[in-house]
Amino acid sequence: MELRKSYFADQRKDDLHEIGQPRPRSDSPGHVTGKTTYFADRNFPGMLHLKMVRSPHHHARIRSIDTSEAEKHPGVVKVLTAKDVPHNVYTILILIQIGPEDETVLADGKVRWKGEAVVAVLAETERAAQEAAAKVKVDYEVLPAVFDMEEALKPDAPIVNEYHGRNYYLYDSGECRKVRFGDVEAGFATADHVLEQTYQSSPIEHAPTETTGCIVAPEGNDRFTCYTNTQAMFFTLDNASIILQMPGNKLHFVGGTVGGGFGGKVDVIVEPIAILGAKLTGRPVCFVYSREEEMQISSPRAAEKVVIKDGVMNDGRIVARKVTGYTDAGAYSRHSPYGAQKGAGHYPGPYTIPNVWIDTYCVYTNRTPSSAMRGFGVTIGDFALEVQMDKLARLIGMDPLEFRFINAYRDGDMKAHRQPTEGAALIECMQEASRAANWPVAEKFMTMSSYAKGA
Amino acid sequence: MAKVPVQFTLNGAEKAEFIDSGTTLLHALRDKIGDTSPKGGCHQGTCGACTVIIDGELRLSCLTLAETCNGAAVTTTSGLSEGGVLHSLQRAFLDAFATQCGFCTPGMIMAAKVLLDHTPNPSREDVVEALSGNICRCTGYEPIIQAVLTAARSNSQNAV
Ligand code: FES
Ligand code: FES
Repeated sequence: MELRKSYFADQRKDDLHEIGQPRPRSDSPGHVTGKTTYFADRNFPGMLHLKMVRSPHHHARIRSIDTSEAEKHPGVVKVLTAKDVPHNVYTILILIQIGPEDETVLADGKVRWKGEAVVAVLAETERAAQEAAAKVKVDYEVLPAVFDMEEALKPDAPIVNEYHGRNYYLYDSGECRKVRFGDVEAGFATADHVLEQTYQSSPIEHAPTETTGCIVAPEGNDRFTCYTNTQAMFFTLDNASIILQMPGNKLHFVGGTVGGGFGGKVDVIVEPIAILGAKLTGRPVCFVYSREEEMQISSPRAAEKVVIKDGVMNDGRIVARKVTGYTDAGAYSRHSPYGAQKGAGHYPGPYTIPNVWIDTYCVYTNRTPSSAMRGFGVTIGDFALEVQMDKLARLIGMDPLEFRFINAYRDGDMKAHRQPTEGAALIECMQEASRAANWPVAEKFMTMSSYAKGA
Repeated sequence: MAKVPVQFTLNGAEKAEFIDSGTTLLHALRDKIGDTSPKGGCHQGTCGACTVIIDGELRLSCLTLAETCNGAAVTTTSGLSEGGVLHSLQRAFLDAFATQCGFCTPGMIMAAKVLLDHTPNPSREDVVEALSGNICRCTGYEPIIQAVLTAARSNSQNAV
């Protein structure tokens, strides 16, 4: 790899000891020798296995739950239902004041997506737990379900989540996150061309090679050690503390190497119920997703719908951009209100556009709750935006890379969300990309700089 | 449940255990014997993280009953380095950045070892074929393929 030192030469230092120096990775020797410890590389005597009874319906009222047969199954030590969970209704982002609490640890009276956890069974072996889980009888009254964001937003749609009372997240700004900059309608009126396109994506599963899980060991002093592959250690600790109504100093979380996460291990799902199981039985508990659960139960990247309307001039300047983004949270919030909010800030793209109007909605449907995944809230948007950029360039008969040079943000430009651009390097990246891809652009673009225009 | 005895060598050392009939070799190795280098990514024969070598052949330990391994020679990645010196495959994986989270790595190395044991100078296609049962979700396969080819080259150089 070559480091081009000509860029930002006045800002660089070459006499640094660490920065710019290659270092061997400290974890690789453990990986290649099989010595790296993952959460499951532990075994405690007397360890119990936890298996979930899950909803077979997308939306249903629970009339009754009968665990008596399961409790009698050989090897079963404990069966947990909603009433055993001290603070059963929670939401992960309550820690940063993004409420209301809208999700149950174990379903209470209702299920809102197919696969939702209803009853937890703890047994001496995985097999006994699985067999006993199959003996739990849940009587459901199936309710109408909604799977499509547009359908969910219609006034007569079934309400997915009563804690919200409506099928979208209510921000302090109202039914959506809003960005308003300049006068977008005036921009469209002056544009040579206006192009409106809709982009849609399906949920995407992270499919880490190691499935989500944890092992909890009760210590002698009323404390619990939780070995977990969470990607969000303190979020998980604090949420577990709320759910279990247990002071944080009773909980010792041990993380470590995660066998692939990609954002799929930031929800707080397995740990609280495993700790509860360990507390109520006094025994170590292992709760690890099967491959099927990892694929079907763990939160995927949200399905998104992005409607982009751009006004563009024949000389290549984008003069107005209006975006409406929809994020399918599934049945519960998890990280999606935040994802949709990120989208609002991101949709103008790395481009300087004088007139911008953005609305992003976080919508509830009876689908698997979605959550974090590599750049959630912005990645699908970036796909949509860059496809849109290509279409705009084609519309005005301009080279797509030159079109991006014309609109690229540069230091000092005001972004639509009122944050001045600082430290931009987009021009320089595109110059390098032009060389690397052998995609020549006009000389004037190769001599541009991200430094403040005209400076 | 009645226990059954199993006895085999693991990386050259004698092992004997009483296990529940029906226990997979993966569970026996990890939970009974304490060799956690084979990983369980699916327990259904689809990911390759549990790959081990039994009597020179590539096997998925999650689909192998431990009681069928009586008298066998079982090799895992934890037994590859000798006297603290990394095996050429381990060295190549390390140098080529062919491991990221590392969860697939022990299985990958096992699959690669069986390939090189049978085919010391593999083509790129041979390597792709040999690793086709092993899923990596992190690194991308290219560095892994390169690592195996590099190990093959360094083996043949050392042989002359
Ligand atoms: S655990 Fe054996 S193939 Fe996945
Ligand atoms: S390095 Fe993570 S699965 Fe291969």
